[in-house]
Amino acid sequence: MVLKALFFYLFAAVTVASAFMVISARNPVHSVLFLILAFINAAGLFLLVGAEFLAMILVVVYVGAVAVLFLFVVMMLDVDFVELRQGFLQYLPIGSVLGAVLLVELLMVLGGWAIDPGLVGKGAVPITATGSNIEQIGTVLYTKYVFFFQASGLVLLVAMVGAIVLTLRHKEGVRRQDISRQVARGPASSIEVVSVETGKGL
Amino acid sequence: MALPALSPALPEILLAVGAMALLMFGAFAGEKSSRTVSFGAMGLIAVAFLMLLVAPKYGTTFSGAYVLDPFARLMKLLALAGSGFAILMSLDFARREKFDRFEYPVLILLATVGMMVMISANDLISLYLGLELQSLALYVIAAIDRDNVRSTEAGLKYFVLGALSSGMLLYGASLTYGFTGHTDFAGIAAALKAHGSSLGIVFGIVFVLAGLAFKISAVPFHMWTPDVYEGAPTPVTTFFAGAPKIAAAALMVRVVIDGYGPIAKDWQQIVVFISIASMVLGAFAAIGQRNIKRLMAYSSIGHMGYALVGLAAGTQQGVESVILYVAIYLAMTLGTFACILAMRRKDGPVEDIGELAGLSRTSPVLAFLLAMLMFSLAGIPVLAGFFAKLYVFMAAVKAGLLGLAIVGALASVVGAFYYLRVIKIMYFDEPKPAFEPMPLELKVVLGLSGLFVLGYVLIANPIGTAATTAAASLF
Amino acid sequence: MYSAIVFLPLIGFLIAGAIALFAHPTAPDGAAALSGHGHDAHGHGSHGHASHGHASHGHASHGHDDHGHGHGHAADDHGHGHDDHHPSAPGSRAAELVTSSLMVVAALLSWVAFVSVGLGTGEAVRVPLFAWIQSGTLSVDWAIRVDTLTAVMLVVVNSVSALVHIYSTGYMSHDPHRPRFFAYLSLFTFAMLMLVTSDNLLQMFFGWEGVGVASYLLIGFWFQKPSANAAAIKAFVVNRVGDFGFALGIFGVYVLFNSIEFTTIFANAQAMVGHKLHFLNGNVDALTVICLLLFMGAMGKSAQFLLHTWLPDAMEGPTPVSALIHAATMVTAGVFMVARLSPLFELAPTALAVVTFIGATTAFFAATVGLVQNDIKRVIAYSTCSQLGYMFAALGVGAYSAGVFHLFTHAFFKALLFLGAGSVIHAVSGEQDIRRMGGLKEHIPLTYSMMVIGTLALTGFGVPFSQVGFAGFNSKDAIIESAFMGHGVFATYAFMLLVIAALFTSFYSWRLIFMTFWGAPRAPKEVMDHVHESPRSMTVPLMILAFGAVFAGMLFTGLFNGYGHGWEAIKGHYDAFWKGALFTGPENRMIEETHNAPLLVKASPFIAMVIGFVTAYWFYVVDPSRPGAVAAQNPGLYKFLLNKWYFDELYDFLFVRPAKWLGRFLWKEGDGRVIDGLGPDGVSARVVDLTQQVVRLQTGYLYHYAFVMMIGIAALVTYMMLGGSH
Repeated sequence: MVLKALFFYLFAAVTVASAFMVISARNPVHSVLFLILAFINAAGLFLLVGAEFLAMILVVVYVGAVAVLFLFVVMMLDVDFVELRQGFLQYLPIGSVLGAVLLVELLMVLGGWAIDPGLVGKGAVPITATGSNIEQIGTVLYTKYVFFFQASGLVLLVAMVGAIVLTLRHKEGVRRQDISRQVARGPASSIEVVSVETGKGL
Repeated sequence: MALPALSPALPEILLAVGAMALLMFGAFAGEKSSRTVSFGAMGLIAVAFLMLLVAPKYGTTFSGAYVLDPFARLMKLLALAGSGFAILMSLDFARREKFDRFEYPVLILLATVGMMVMISANDLISLYLGLELQSLALYVIAAIDRDNVRSTEAGLKYFVLGALSSGMLLYGASLTYGFTGHTDFAGIAAALKAHGSSLGIVFGIVFVLAGLAFKISAVPFHMWTPDVYEGAPTPVTTFFAGAPKIAAAALMVRVVIDGYGPIAKDWQQIVVFISIASMVLGAFAAIGQRNIKRLMAYSSIGHMGYALVGLAAGTQQGVESVILYVAIYLAMTLGTFACILAMRRKDGPVEDIGELAGLSRTSPVLAFLLAMLMFSLAGIPVLAGFFAKLYVFMAAVKAGLLGLAIVGALASVVGAFYYLRVIKIMYFDEPKPAFEPMPLELKVVLGLSGLFVLGYVLIANPIGTAATTAAASLF
Repeated sequence: MYSAIVFLPLIGFLIAGAIALFAHPTAPDGAAALSGHGHDAHGHGSHGHASHGHASHGHASHGHDDHGHGHGHAADDHGHGHDDHHPSAPGSRAAELVTSSLMVVAALLSWVAFVSVGLGTGEAVRVPLFAWIQSGTLSVDWAIRVDTLTAVMLVVVNSVSALVHIYSTGYMSHDPHRPRFFAYLSLFTFAMLMLVTSDNLLQMFFGWEGVGVASYLLIGFWFQKPSANAAAIKAFVVNRVGDFGFALGIFGVYVLFNSIEFTTIFANAQAMVGHKLHFLNGNVDALTVICLLLFMGAMGKSAQFLLHTWLPDAMEGPTPVSALIHAATMVTAGVFMVARLSPLFELAPTALAVVTFIGATTAFFAATVGLVQNDIKRVIAYSTCSQLGYMFAALGVGAYSAGVFHLFTHAFFKALLFLGAGSVIHAVSGEQDIRRMGGLKEHIPLTYSMMVIGTLALTGFGVPFSQVGFAGFNSKDAIIESAFMGHGVFATYAFMLLVIAALFTSFYSWRLIFMTFWGAPRAPKEVMDHVHESPRSMTVPLMILAFGAVFAGMLFTGLFNGYGHGWEAIKGHYDAFWKGALFTGPENRMIEETHNAPLLVKASPFIAMVIGFVTAYWFYVVDPSRPGAVAAQNPGLYKFLLNKWYFDELYDFLFVRPAKWLGRFLWKEGDGRVIDGLGPDGVSARVVDLTQQVVRLQTGYLYHYAFVMMIGIAALVTYMMLGGSH
């Protein structure tokens, strides 16, 4: 148990610290890397509560796909982060005051929070010992939570449609592969036999 | 485990499947299909509307995450009407402005599904999913005129701020879950009833309400509204001003009544604050506007403030008044935007209030109906808008919120100024060149809206009965 | 019948009013340019006629009173009954005929009523019409009360009104607004009838205000003239002062008697003697203070001293109006009211003393002013004022019948004088200044003889120690004798002033006659060339009135004042006529005592009259340079009189200017700066300021928006944690 608690605090501390670094790092690449670190630690936290499937998914999807995509975007786009940060100092005082106020208030909330013993370990769908993680998720995801699952699917559909609507352009003059044309292409249309006299060129 | 009962959600399923079918059709048929897709979308909405109107299957399904009760039914009918009319009103604009993208009606359909999910949400998760489904579609629609800088700016602003508000909502939802151990409203209410209020839950309510207030563009979470209303193409603004507001208001009502009902004293104060801020800001800021879409943005901010007056009452009568308010608001808004869409000259649409000058002489019928709508928005008696305000103020007074009602009445006095100014410009200023003739569908919408506003007294009884039934289902 | 008497004029008013409203004169536009009396020249909105919608056509709406003002008639253009002068509203003739004939019917009916009520034996008649107000113990009905006093007034009002209506058909024949004029005349008559037939104080007040309104409308009938408007407003405002007292008096009566019905009041008056009323920080005798307040109303309406200033100015109205309203009827409403309320006044000796004092002072004051006036109508107006003073003096000493009798006779001869003056003015193309007349008696002999009859009646010509004499001889002499025999504090004072006033009356009346009709013509030749006698519609009423002026005194003095020898006989005849309509206390034996006045006293008015006549003859016929010399010898006195004792100037200084200053102050500072400044203007300015602030908040920067959201949520959370329910 002590080891578990130790790891919990380790993962939690690193998550929070790296999350802070995401927004405070000067170099955007560093920010993304700190983001990856935060994800990995969050995966560690999942592992601690026995949700190994979620932990793996987090690593695969967020670290493997999303964060890497971020990294590419940051590197490919020439975003002038110095310019973006110009307002930072100007708004720092009011921002920090706001943050401090909210933080203090949050601490007050947590300080006054007596955890109901009946709630501990009683998630909506607690992990049971029988069956694997995947199996357990699968059983509720397609039955009890089918509505949420489908709704999420619709959200993703909208996101996809939106991305296409906003970005896809059928530009004129873009060379595309046209298989039927390729197939229909014969010597008659592609080759011209020219007799070239020696030493003259065309 | 058996399949959950699908019948209560049948309209949503129909719309979602239909939207995907139309998407496929559009994708294969190409850009020319947008008109067909629009009609298809309207047809789907009409069918869903009829399903709800004629044979609603009341009940709770999907493990209690989804509920269809008379309240949800009525609000869905309103939202469907708002969406359907929005598509209808975009037809002419799309034809003239090369705005004919088949994704537009599909996205409106998907947003409508999101709204219906919101309205029926009986769980924090379905609440969030519905909200995101709707919002995401709205972000895209706002920016759909992607070659227009203002439109893209509007979409981007809406998206970023919407993401922020979603974050707040999620934060509040997680706090609520953390402190009550439930995500479904009934469970939350039971836990709150058992344990009473606590600082953490209040914190959670503030964040949840902030996220929802963003959706109905209530102060201080309204900042996106004027820019988005102005930047987005006018049919999009028409859509924004109508259905999503209904859905968000319904969601807000359900969350606070069903979910946080036992600690009404806490959220009432938040709602009162937001309501006062919205009414006052809506009234004052609109005075400074020259663009009629921006004006309508502030107008909608103010009107949402008035609707919240009814919610602040927290009583059944209060909820009833909110329902009536948003219903009347929807009718007035659609009519007004029909007029705005009719503001078009040979070289394109115009949006400045000054362009309405002398409308009473160039097109007297349009001017008269717009004047009636403005009077109604201002809350002049015998018109529908007056009764809307009357209901919410009465509910507030009965609930002991006399101060709120007084502030509301004073704000409506200030607000009357800018509505009356529009009328003054139409009737007393030197005429500008006439607008292009109004397309038929706008005439229909404007006529219906004008009839509703003028003849509300005659139909107040059945509408009131429907609202009473709907409100009663929440208590 | 009584209802018919009261409501026939109302019907006339409604018909003529409808004609005036719906039939517009069809004046060619050129008329305005020619006559120079277009509306635009007088752009003040204070006249009460805007509602008639005549503003669109230009016309020269003047009868005769302003003919002299740069408005030349062609030589053959001024004659009898030619309506082609000015285009007039279609239906003018109909309006004239309807109102006049209705009035004639009403007048005849009122004579019938007079005979049946006054000479019959019946009790006072009360015709209830319908209930008016029911509020707590206050119960007021519309009802027509006809007793002898009312019958007398009915006769006076309706007779004079009918004659004035007829006269006006001739006099106003050039005016394009005749329907409106006749509507007003009938309205006035109706209101006056409501007043005299009232059964309670509130109905009387209704009539009281009704005649005030009609008077306002008629004085300002030529609303294009600024002076007419000013006079109308002045009349109305001065009357308000009196009405204020009247209203307070009514309140007082209600407080005291718990009713404002005459029957109730009179029945309980005796019981209220000695009651105290808390008024103006002190306990005062209730009846006295009520009577004084009511008398204040009478002072305003009857133009008594201090509240008299409006009457001379009211001569801006058309002359028939002056004859009807400002000589015969409305101004006597005060006298009527005091007589009607004699049961109250009789019990308040202090109030009666005040009535005497004011009456006598008015009689004297107005007579002195009349001495030096040069406007023919103003002279008669001051004469009216003075004669009203006589009436009040009589009432004050308890000789109610003498006062009412003088009211009765005065109506005939003063209306005669006014209408005669109108005829003169008509003849000399609108000239009103007697210094520019003279030598008219050969040209207009009929008018001249009528005027002389009127003057004889006014000055009280008759055979001393008998009852043979013109109307004023009987009535005025009775008043002077009453004043001598009166017991009040001011009775002797009144007697002396009244005798002197009689002398002055004689002087100014004959001065008027001599200056107007005798001597060499002083008018311009072209005016003299077409001096002409008035049409028959004007002269016939004159003759009828002249008949009254000659015989009314002789015929009715016994009826009004009692006759016979000894208290019992006189009282018996007196009561047989009045039947208690005029109340006299048990110790009031005025009707008998006047017969016992010393011979010298009885002769005094005659002597005064003769002196006045002789002086006038000497001044204006024998030695016309004399008046100027006298005026030059006493410039101070002359100026004092000429300027009407400087009352207008005094009031202007005391009331008008401070009121105007206060008004301007409240307007500019109070309303303009404070109310508008802090109210609408200030609020709207603040709204605009706030709007600009709010709009500035909308910067368009995304992070500002996000900040606002964060600030909002922080504020909400903080509020809920600190200020909320936790």
